[in-house]
Amino acid sequence: MARYLLRRLLQSLLLLALVSVIAFAILHLAPGGPLAQFVATGDLGTEDIDRLMKQYGLDRPVPIQYLDWAGSIATGDWGNSYRDQLPVLKKIGMHVGPTLELMVSSTLLAMFIGGMIGILGAVRRYSFFDHLATIGAMVALSIPTFWFGLAVIYVFSVNLGWLPAGNRETIGDGSFIDRLQHLVAPCIVLALVSTAVWSRYMRSSMLDVVNQDYIRTAKSKGVPAMQILLRHALRNALLPMITITGLHVSTLLSGALVTETVFTWPGMGRLFLDSVSNRDYPVVMGMLMFTACMVLLGSLVADLLYSVADPRIKGASK
Amino acid sequence: MSTVQTVPLVPPRRTLAERYPALRRFLRHRAALLGVGIVLFMTLLSFVGPLLMPFNATDTDIRARLAVPFGGPHVLGTDPLGRDVLARLMYAGRISLAVGFAATALSVVVGVLVGLVAGFYRGAIGAALMRFVDAMLCFPTIFLLLAVAALIEPSVTSIVLLIALASWMEVARVVEGQIRSLRERDFALAAESLGASDSRIMFRELLPNAVAPIVVAATLNIAHAILAESYISFLGFGIQPPTPSWGNMLENAQSYLTNAPWLAIVPGLAITLTVTSFNFIGDGLRDALDAKLDR
Repeated sequence: MARYLLRRLLQSLLLLALVSVIAFAILHLAPGGPLAQFVATGDLGTEDIDRLMKQYGLDRPVPIQYLDWAGSIATGDWGNSYRDQLPVLKKIGMHVGPTLELMVSSTLLAMFIGGMIGILGAVRRYSFFDHLATIGAMVALSIPTFWFGLAVIYVFSVNLGWLPAGNRETIGDGSFIDRLQHLVAPCIVLALVSTAVWSRYMRSSMLDVVNQDYIRTAKSKGVPAMQILLRHALRNALLPMITITGLHVSTLLSGALVTETVFTWPGMGRLFLDSVSNRDYPVVMGMLMFTACMVLLGSLVADLLYSVADPRIKGASK
Repeated sequence: MSTVQTVPLVPPRRTLAERYPALRRFLRHRAALLGVGIVLFMTLLSFVGPLLMPFNATDTDIRARLAVPFGGPHVLGTDPLGRDVLARLMYAGRISLAVGFAATALSVVVGVLVGLVAGFYRGAIGAALMRFVDAMLCFPTIFLLLAVAALIEPSVTSIVLLIALASWMEVARVVEGQIRSLRERDFALAAESLGASDSRIMFRELLPNAVAPIVVAATLNIAHAILAESYISFLGFGIQPPTPSWGNMLENAQSYLTNAPWLAIVPGLAITLTVTSFNFIGDGLRDALDAKLDR
């Protein structure tokens, strides 16, 4: 187990190094550069631009800049924002909380609702409900997240007035109830895609399990149907779902960015949009790395949990 | 004597569906057929529709600003500048559909080439290419799209290139897996032992046998590409006004949600319908062409 963990960790680190090269190359080979907006507005003269280039080290060849960046990131220094000189890690740290809050709450919601839909679809296979769930999941995967967000705002905030239309809390309030009220709408919006994914995989996972020998044994022993479903089938069907959740981090992060924009949620998506519009290269680069880390961590954790939870795999991974 | 020979050996004419079982399976998939219908309708609406419209996508009419749908000459109402929403939807459809198709075509070409080479030359080249694919997949799509979109001069061409850049990896993975198993099969080994060149084996022997999963992946890719365009345009980094696209029609819709909800409903519905259709078609094709990919 320890050797497997070590190998997977090493693989992830190598992949992360490759990710950083690609991200750096994309950012620095694109035309313009970090100072393009100052050049365009004409606020700064050529001398000032040259001075800034020197100060930020942008006058050096890109590979040297990369090595410099990689060297300092290895010591934990992710650089400073060009905008407000705050350390990149600190800026990310200030925004990661709200995004995690959104991602975790919507994942829990999606697990619950998607799980129920999936189980019901598997139990009543090919019923009207099952077909409806199949079509519904496909539509849910096709709706642009921001459009669904607008619809939720239109119905629940504009027309019914039940929920606030944006932000994480009312300024000056910020109590638990107030924050919960603000969380409901973006949480539902972000959960839509995950719910569709969960319901589909839950259904096929349940169908796989239902045909296993131990279920037939339980049935022939006379175990009540409900108990078979919850104790025997569900527990085993949930196993593969761990992997789905881990591999879903990337989609969830993309969804979070869009959701945060619609609901003016002060998370990483907002920070990324702001940084990208301001050509704040250190922050953009740092966030690309940070999100890639989250994605890799998701698949790593999924792998490990799965091999811990399923004794059949444990032997094979050693 | 010879009369026996002239009796046709071919049985009576069979329909296309009888001759091609895959087509028959596809025709049984009702959701996929509906998808084909909707895609055809959207394509006709976008490319032929504007010829029948009295309005242009960019003509402003300040006296008729924010006209309500179904209440006058503007069937789907007008926007804050008095531009006809239906006409804009049609012209925007041209852009959004074209971007979806072009980006997919490009990503399929790149994905097939990478997957083909990686699957054929396992070992160092294959491993390096697939690690590159893995690394690209570490970026959440929207983050990658925005990081590049904000740096380049936005135009229809650059958006196509950008979406292709962010979406060729899935195709590469599918193709690599297929080629890797196909090249162990007898027909590939036979071609190799006959002294066929690498490129001949790759393009003439292996690739034709991997067409089915590529077609499925490409269809689903169109859905993703149309969605991607709408996302980056909605966020303001995609197709730039005055050129309309389904995504940028929604860009300002949020500010008018209270008094002009149709500005959000109309283009959003167009995107959802089209994307759902391509997803259903992809689903139907997967069932019809290749049951092995299905889990």
